[in-house]
Amino acid sequence: MAYIIKGETGDWEVVIGLEVHAQVISASKLFSGASTTFGSDPNSNVAFVDAAMPGMLPVINAVAVEQAVRTGLGLKAKINHRSVFARKNYFYADLPQGYQISQFDQPIVGEGILVLDMPDGSSRAVGIERLHLEQDAGKSIHDIHPTKSFIDLNRAGVTLMEIVSKPDMRSPDEAGAYLKKLRSIMRYLGTCDGNMEEGSMRCDANVSVRPVGSTELRTRCEIKNVNSMRFVMQAIEFEAKRHVDVYENGGKIDQETRQYDSAKGETRTMRSKEFAHDYRYFPDPDLLPLVFDDAYVASIKATLPELPDDKKERFISQYCLTPYDAGVLVGEKENADFYEKVAAQSGDWKLANSWVSNNLFAVLNARNLSIAESPISADDLSKLITLIKNDTISNRLAKDVFEIMLETGKAPDVIVEERGMKQITDTGALDKAIDDILAANADKVAQVSAGKEALIGWFVGQVMKATQGKANPALCQELLKKKLAQ
Amino acid sequence: MSLDKATVRRIAHLARIEVPDADLDPMVKELTGIMNWIEQLKEVNTDAVAPMTGGTDMTLAWRKDTVSDGAQPEKVLSNAPDKHDHFFSVPKVVE
Repeated sequence: MAYIIKGETGDWEVVIGLEVHAQVISASKLFSGASTTFGSDPNSNVAFVDAAMPGMLPVINAVAVEQAVRTGLGLKAKINHRSVFARKNYFYADLPQGYQISQFDQPIVGEGILVLDMPDGSSRAVGIERLHLEQDAGKSIHDIHPTKSFIDLNRAGVTLMEIVSKPDMRSPDEAGAYLKKLRSIMRYLGTCDGNMEEGSMRCDANVSVRPVGSTELRTRCEIKNVNSMRFVMQAIEFEAKRHVDVYENGGKIDQETRQYDSAKGETRTMRSKEFAHDYRYFPDPDLLPLVFDDAYVASIKATLPELPDDKKERFISQYCLTPYDAGVLVGEKENADFYEKVAAQSGDWKLANSWVSNNLFAVLNARNLSIAESPISADDLSKLITLIKNDTISNRLAKDVFEIMLETGKAPDVIVEERGMKQITDTGALDKAIDDILAANADKVAQVSAGKEALIGWFVGQVMKATQGKANPALCQELLKKKLAQ
Repeated sequence: MSLDKATVRRIAHLARIEVPDADLDPMVKELTGIMNWIEQLKEVNTDAVAPMTGGTDMTLAWRKDTVSDGAQPEKVLSNAPDKHDHFFSVPKVVE
């Protein structure tokens, strides 16, 4: 459904483009041999190149190149066999060089495509404009000393991929879906861990609005460095409404960089306006053009895993899942693997989906655990489903067994054995329970004979109660009908 | 090509070089002279030459992704005008 902002003068739509900075997974930095380990002692992962000591020269990391190409292939993008590094000039305390080595008019990866999986199960393609390699800056710490900022250069020079989308998104939900999908693809590829809280994936949002039906692109504002998917969506929502208010009051939007204040839920102008867009890019004279051939790209392509879109398609056709269910399962590769294991071992893709996606994921979400930390293994969940399928336990009892598995970590067959939870499928044992109940409720038996058949359900309930839920409901119903008809 | 005073003032500011107003006019003249000197290159016909940023045919050499540097905070900080433990320390900069 289209996202429309109702204004006083009419309906408006929002136009969104996202720039994502993704920290590349590698052992050493983009242009130095210093470690990329997060959380090390201050300035302990710093080579002289990273500290911009005079005379030091950058040398490119082969894995950084490979990861950029890999990500480009994952985005079905054009890979540029020749790209050029440029200097982006600005002054900041945590940028010792006085410039960031980046790529400008000749990036390593060109146009690509990313498919959004929307919550309603529909899909929508968003264009990728480019992906380029660049250095991360150091970190400023403002809250230790009252009048000083402390600078740690451990992050300075770590490889970033800047991934720029086309202005193709039309709602905060689509922006959220874009980030989720991009994160998922990079995690499948092993090129970025996608951890927004630790800052290994950061997002800038370009936002503008226009009257519905118009195709113009109006002045945009850039909201910088928002550190969670939820905040990106909130910031866009606020910013779009702000634009509509400004236009409807006869004002005009200035192109500017803004900051999102998550506590107040609003965006505001960043003070350092003088930075704005005068970076005086020029080719870095320390670095020759980055060149590789077709064979190199093909060798990386040969190692790509099955990506989320392909896996989703396969789950839909192989396991007959709905697009929505398949989308939920393939978001994280580990979740998809877990599901496939349970589906294969239990031999029932449908029950496997409902136990993994509904029951298990609900528990994991509530306890904030990943599938790797799941208190129930794929083997045990498969066994539980097998117990349901071979009529050892009823669906109702299976839920109890599942709870006990969570508590005790024991295997389901052990629990069922220990606690005597096996379903009663022996007619002899059920006969007695039913006879007792019929004898004690002669009035209701009479009502059934008089045509009130709905009461059979009530009798089934009584039998279940008498057997602590262990009666096989189908068998119980059959026996009851037979006896009541006599 | 000639530069104007405002442009020179702006370039100086972006480069964080303080240029007193009295020095602006001579600097305009000096920089314009340099630009005009460079502009002579336009006299060469480069129609058949691809744009280049260097004079060699070489491309970038790659290094292996191994940790071979770092673990030297004392050396990295040895020229710092101000430091605190193993941090560089600068006048407070807050957005």
